[in-house]
Amino acid sequence: MAIDTKKCVGCGDCVVACQTENNVPHGYCRDWIVERVDGTYPSLSLEFRSERCNHCDNSPCVRCCPTGASHKAEGGIVLVTHHKCIGCGACIQSCPYDARYPHPEGYVDKCTFCIHRVEKGQKTACVDVCPTHCLHFGDLDDPNSDVSLALKDRKWKVLAPEAGTKPQLYFLT
Amino acid sequence: MNEELFVSGRDIPNIDPYLNIWHWQIPLYLFLGGLAAGILFFAGFYTVRGKADRMQATVKWAPLLAPIALVLGLGALFWDLKHELYFWQLYTTVRLDSPMSWGAWTLMVITPLSLVWVASYMKEIFPWWDWKFSFLNKFEAWVIKNRVGLAWVMMVYAVILGVYTGILLSAFNARPLWNTSILGPLFLVSGFSTGLATTILLSKDPKERKRLSQIDLIFIVIELFLITHLFMGFLAGSETAIEAANLFLGGPFTVTFWVFVVALGLIFPAVLETLELLGYHVPKWLPAVLILFGGLMFRFIMVEAGQITRYLY
Ligand code: SF4
Ligand code: SF4
Repeated sequence: MAIDTKKCVGCGDCVVACQTENNVPHGYCRDWIVERVDGTYPSLSLEFRSERCNHCDNSPCVRCCPTGASHKAEGGIVLVTHHKCIGCGACIQSCPYDARYPHPEGYVDKCTFCIHRVEKGQKTACVDVCPTHCLHFGDLDDPNSDVSLALKDRKWKVLAPEAGTKPQLYFLT
Repeated sequence: MNEELFVSGRDIPNIDPYLNIWHWQIPLYLFLGGLAAGILFFAGFYTVRGKADRMQATVKWAPLLAPIALVLGLGALFWDLKHELYFWQLYTTVRLDSPMSWGAWTLMVITPLSLVWVASYMKEIFPWWDWKFSFLNKFEAWVIKNRVGLAWVMMVYAVILGVYTGILLSAFNARPLWNTSILGPLFLVSGFSTGLATTILLSKDPKERKRLSQIDLIFIVIELFLITHLFMGFLAGSETAIEAANLFLGGPFTVTFWVFVVALGLIFPAVLETLELLGYHVPKWLPAVLILFGGLMFRFIMVEAGQITRYLY
């Protein structure tokens, strides 16, 4: 997924859409908005980021899971099989982005890239709802996918690359 | 000056503003695991060296506590799980990448092993003990005959268990305070030291206590060396590592760590043990209790502080 930080206005529609789509319990969220101000007054720069699980290529959460509940599905989406999860919290500790949370029902939950929609050929709920069209989703291996096209002629960054997890959320800057 | 303002719209309980997913259960589990590892290692060690009769408490009495500690530790781990009813999923697969999985399986081996060890000494400890069934008596006779072999296996597993209690934390790259390979040996040495302290508390034989105190002193010195090393490593590291070290060098954990863990839990008992070895009278329980207390505090602090440290982006 690519997130255009130049277009994002931090409205939080993606957060609400996700909570509704995925029945996220009250007080929790699978995606969230970060607002960052840098610089010296009066020349300040403001960046909005819609963040979620990075579906890391080298995912520590999958490696440290003792039961195999956390796994990488075909296509690279990182998922948790709820009935295999014992709620040990190891994966929560292992994520440099704190993208996971303990669901009140006991298992660990996180962004699934709306796999139930993607399988049907739809876009994720957050991408669909975003009023500024700043979210681009798709298969990075396909040069004509939305995300590949968005990355093609823009500068981008990933968050905390030094953590070594090979994150797959690209922030267009 | 360059300003930086970071506002996150997220506020999930136990995740924000910083992680607090592991509470008292995990440090207790690590403490009990290290303690049992220490007891079992030295029980095996003195058996292999043929000194079982001179080290009664080490070989026969203290191991009684090991299975109890292990079961209590497992109980604490179980308590910590948020999806307890799926506990058995741990034992449906072996995941070599996952320290949690390693630990679960190591405990599955060493707990029965320690029970067999204790069982083989039941009749010596409690003369009235009777196994009732003849096959149990036969098994006991077999174990007694093969004690040295069992001792070797136990020592190997005790080391794995001891190191594991550190690796469980150090494998988490996302938490800079934990992500150092020194944690494995540090937790091993500290665990062995708490095991020795427990045995010293149980021993009635001054000669045995003297021997154990000597070994314990060596372990304390190694521990202090490793702690120094730990901080040198952090301070020479990246910004996240320096921030982790700063939690203990002026940050909120400074007093608890240096006073309770280092001064009261390591240096003071080391001084007391030295005085005792030099012939001064020191209450025999005092250094041992301090070491146990320091070991427990150390694990509590490491688990809590580690969760605060994170990558900055
Ligand atoms: S962002 Fe966190 S939860 Fe998502 S794949 Fe990476 S490590 Fe795992
Ligand atoms: S909490 Fe669940 S998904 Fe996470 S590591 Fe433990 S068993 Fe795996």
